[in-house]
Amino acid sequence: MTAPHFLVHSPKDNVGVVVVEGLKAGTRMLGVVTETDETRDLRAKHDIPIGHKIALNPLKKGDTIIKYGEDIGKMVADAGSGEHVHVHNLKTKRW
Amino acid sequence: MAAKAGSKGKRARGNLSFNGWRRENGRVGVRNHVVILPLDDLSNAACEAVANNIKGTLALPHAYGRLQFGADLDLFFRTLIGTGSNPNVAAAVVIGIEESWTKRLVDGIAGTGKPVAGFGIEGHGDIATIARASHKAKELLQWASELPREERGIADLWVSTKCGESDTTTGLASCPTVGNMYDKLIPKGIYGCFGETSEITGAEHIAKARAVNAKIGEKWMKVFQAYQDEVIEAHKVDDLSDSQPTKGNIAGGLTTIEEKALGNLEKIGRKCKFIEVLEPSESPRAGPGLYYMDTSSAAAECVTLMAAAGYAVHTFPTGQGNVIGNPIVPVIKISGNPRTVRTMGEHIDLDVSGILRRELTLDAAGDALIDMVVRTANGRLTAAEALGHREFVMTKLYRSA
Repeated sequence: MTAPHFLVHSPKDNVGVVVVEGLKAGTRMLGVVTETDETRDLRAKHDIPIGHKIALNPLKKGDTIIKYGEDIGKMVADAGSGEHVHVHNLKTKRW
Repeated sequence: MAAKAGSKGKRARGNLSFNGWRRENGRVGVRNHVVILPLDDLSNAACEAVANNIKGTLALPHAYGRLQFGADLDLFFRTLIGTGSNPNVAAAVVIGIEESWTKRLVDGIAGTGKPVAGFGIEGHGDIATIARASHKAKELLQWASELPREERGIADLWVSTKCGESDTTTGLASCPTVGNMYDKLIPKGIYGCFGETSEITGAEHIAKARAVNAKIGEKWMKVFQAYQDEVIEAHKVDDLSDSQPTKGNIAGGLTTIEEKALGNLEKIGRKCKFIEVLEPSESPRAGPGLYYMDTSSAAAECVTLMAAAGYAVHTFPTGQGNVIGNPIVPVIKISGNPRTVRTMGEHIDLDVSGILRRELTLDAAGDALIDMVVRTANGRLTAAEALGHREFVMTKLYRSA
C-alpha cells in the first residue's frame, strides 16, 4: 500500500493529521481512516508540517472539531477543505 | 540508534520471562543500584562526595526536605522511602543534616528487609560523615555486586507509563503501542500504572468509563475534579492554553488540551480497566492490574512518583523528543515521529514511525515494545541511561513553613 499523506482516527472526524514531512500546497493527498482502513482523497491548500491537522471538509467559525470521534474544541475562524487547522483557527472550549 | 519495530516481537506470544533480582520482600528489580540518598537539600554535597569515592554507587540529589509539613511532608517521605524501597535498589545509604528524620527514612526503607544505613551530619561535619558513609557504601556495593539475577515470570514485572513532548504522532503511534502492550501484559498478571491528572482534561468521561467499577470511577472523578478546583481554578490566569498544550506540543501540531488528552489515553489500550486510584507515590496494594496515580504531567515529577511506588520499568512515548530519564528506573522511549527519530535518534529506544506509513500494525508494534521491555529488564541500557539522564524530581504540594 502506498504510504498515506494523512491519517484520520475515526470516520466521525472532520480533521486529519499530516504524517509526511514537507507537504506542499497543491499536493493531491491520500488519506486513510485508521479505524476502518477506508481511504480519502484530498488536495492540500497550504504547506502543512508533519503532525499538523488538515480540514477534511469546509469548517465554519463556531463548528465543533471532532478527532478520535470526540469533541476537541471549536473553530474561531473559518477553514476550507484541505486547509491547515491549528491554534490560529481552533481553540479549546474550556480555558 | 533506535531499534526499528517490525521484525521482532515473537517473544510476546510465548511464555514471557526476564532475569531480575529478587529482593528480601519478594519484589523483583531489573537494576542493582546502591543509592546514596540525601534526606534533605543540605546533604546533597555529602552524598555526591560518597558517590564520587565509591565507584558504582549512585547519589540522588534533590531540592527539598526542610520545613515541610502536613500532606506535603507525608508525600515527601513517601517518595523518598519509596525510592529507597524500589526493587531496582539493592541497598541504600542515607545522609541527613540531623539524625531523627534520617532515622525515619532509614526505618522506612528497612521495612523492605534490604540493607540500609543512615548518617547525620550535625556533630560530625561533612568530612567525617563522608568518611563513615563511604566505608558503609563500599561494603554494600561489594555485597550487591555478588547478588545473582534469576529468571522470573513476566508477572513479577511492574511497568509504568507516561508520555512527554507529545504531538499528534503520539496519539496515532507511540501511545497506542504502549496501550497494545498493556492489553497483552495486564492479562499476564503484571502491574501497570498511568497518571497525568491535568492531561486527561477533555477525556475525563473516557477515563472514568475505564475504571473497573462505578465506585473506582467516582473515586477517579473526585481526584480529577479536585485538581480542577484546587489547582487550575485557584491559580489560573486568563488562558491555560499557554502551558497546556505546551509550546512543544503546539509545534508538533497539537492544538487543544482535549486533543492532547485523547492521545494520552491511548496509552491504556482498548481492553484493560484500572482497578484502583493511587495517591502520588503510593504503592499499589490491590493485586495485579492497571492503576491510576494522581500525578503532575511534568515528566520528571511523574516518573519519580511512579518509581517511588515501586515500578521497575517505565515506558515513555514521545513525539517531539522528550529526553527524560530516571536514576533508578530504566525509561524506554518510543517514538512514531520520523523527524524526531531522524534528528534525535540517540534518545529513542523504539521507532514505531512505520505505523504512520502503514507498514507496521499496532499489534506488531506492541510486540516489539514487549520485546524491548524484556530486553531492558534483562539489562539492556536504555538511551536515557546511556546518556546519563537521571532526573529525580520531588512533587511539592505547597510552600514550606
